[in-house]
Amino acid sequence: MLEVTSLRSGYGAVEVLRGIDLDIEAGEIVALLGSNGVGKTTFSSVLSGLIRPWSGTIRFKGEEIQGLSEQAIVDRGLIHVPEGRHVFPNLSVRENLELGSYRRGRANRARNLDHVVDIFPRLKERFAQKAGTLSGGEQQMLAIGRGMMAEPELLILDEPSIGLSPLLVEEMFDLIQRLNSDGLTILLVEQNVLQSMEIAARAFVMENGEIRLSGVASVLMDDPELQRSYLGLA
Amino acid sequence: MPDLAILIPSVLNGLTTGALYALVALGLTLIYGVLHIINFAHGALLMIGLYAVYFLNVQFGVDPYVSLLIVPPLMFALGYALQRGIITRAGHGRDENILLVTLGLSIVIENLSLFVFKSDTRVIDTPYSFEVVEILGAFLPLPKVIAFVGAFVTAGILWVLMSRTDLGKAIRALAKERKGAKLVGINTEHVYAMSFGLGIACLGVAACLLLPSYYVSPQVGHGFVLIAFTIVVLGGMGSFVGALIGGLIIGVVEALGGLFLGESLGQIGIFVIFILVLIFRPTGLLGHKV
Ligand SMILES: Nc1ncnc2c1ncn2[C@@H]1O[C@H](COP(=O)(O)OP(=O)(O)OP(=O)(O)O)[C@@H](O)[C@H]1O
Ligand SMILES: [Mg+2]
Repeated sequence: MLEVTSLRSGYGAVEVLRGIDLDIEAGEIVALLGSNGVGKTTFSSVLSGLIRPWSGTIRFKGEEIQGLSEQAIVDRGLIHVPEGRHVFPNLSVRENLELGSYRRGRANRARNLDHVVDIFPRLKERFAQKAGTLSGGEQQMLAIGRGMMAEPELLILDEPSIGLSPLLVEEMFDLIQRLNSDGLTILLVEQNVLQSMEIAARAFVMENGEIRLSGVASVLMDDPELQRSYLGLA
Repeated sequence: MPDLAILIPSVLNGLTTGALYALVALGLTLIYGVLHIINFAHGALLMIGLYAVYFLNVQFGVDPYVSLLIVPPLMFALGYALQRGIITRAGHGRDENILLVTLGLSIVIENLSLFVFKSDTRVIDTPYSFEVVEILGAFLPLPKVIAFVGAFVTAGILWVLMSRTDLGKAIRALAKERKGAKLVGINTEHVYAMSFGLGIACLGVAACLLLPSYYVSPQVGHGFVLIAFTIVVLGGMGSFVGALIGGLIIGVVEALGGLFLGESLGQIGIFVIFILVLIFRPTGLLGHKV
């Protein structure tokens, strides 16, 4: 579904992504792991068109999309739920969800709205509340729900568990797994290695703007290098 | 204390003027709320609208109220083009640049119109220019009553647009969360320009409603823009309801000031309010919201 080759990008003259190769098959959860500042968010933002790539190719559903506008990428069904939520604080929960289908999925808006509140019953109770007054966890749900409104074919979730209580983190991972078993392809960007590996089919580990390790999640878990640098195991 | 027979007409007159001020301020507050810029070209653009209504009437015999179908869409297009073609490009996304760009635009527009139209003051003749309507025992010019109603209808349309349509929601979303807006596929440059266009279209409506009871000259915008700034500050930068209420308050204050202090000092009250609000309630009556 997604095939990234030799992708380079950065900010100003500073190179952050130094040639990334990554692929995602339809129906998979793929985890992108790595510690702070290695370039995970930059990578997600290049995929969704927020940041221009310097070189390399991004193929989505067989078509090259690198350098397209955010709108054109949303049109194709690649939806990015950003780190830090970025919900519309001055709009109600309902309006936030409606705007999720501003560009894509507009025809099925009512149906998708029902679907999203089925997944997140908590949002239904707060339909008329301004998004800025929601708790952090609720805002994260809203951000994902807003993404779902666009009928994504590939959903990028950038650190969905950040800032959530352990119980809610558990719930969030269950939910991601559920979305996936309904057929959604997901790129899960996380620092939460153990829990991500449990639900992901494959994982890529990023270090300093490059992919350091990659493979089937269950196999990668036994990799001594991963155990040493990310799980603190000897 | 003057008796009610003088006070009521004065207040009613103030309300009708105030509704038009509110309309001008509505455009200003919309642009501020979304683009976070103060549009110094607002007065100059109102002047263009008034000339458009004037020439449509004088050259082609188009009634100013019929011009409501023509001038606001033209002003919308002008606003859209200005924002996308000049203000964004010349401003390079820096607020202080944009401020200077709108200031520069207003100077260019005014000087061009001084050159083309001279500084003559022009009025139009309509069959209803001198008709009056009796309200609460006061006789009000018909065009001012129509302007009052028209301003509220426009505000109502704008409210529906902003709260019920995708465009309106996108405008409000973009005002506060640019990245989120991009991620749902909102074309930010387009929506910024739509907001500016809508703000300028409000001036087009104001021009159509104003001209039957007013005049046009190259400097006509000055008075309005100063008052509109006061209203926007009074009502709270970016607040719609604030602009409406603020407009009415300012209209009445001006009318009563004229009644008690004489025509030439009538506007003093407005600036006293302006200063008092800045000192005691700098966020305005209704604070900051869009
Ligand atoms: N807007 C920006 N301008 C300049 N440099 C940036 C910008 N955003 C990120 N960077 C730099 O790019 C590098 C990668 O940042 P990025 O946000 O992609 O990391 P990350 O892997 O998502 O980290 P985290 O896990 O903390 O979210 C960092 O060194 C960061 O300082
Ligand atoms: Mg990040």
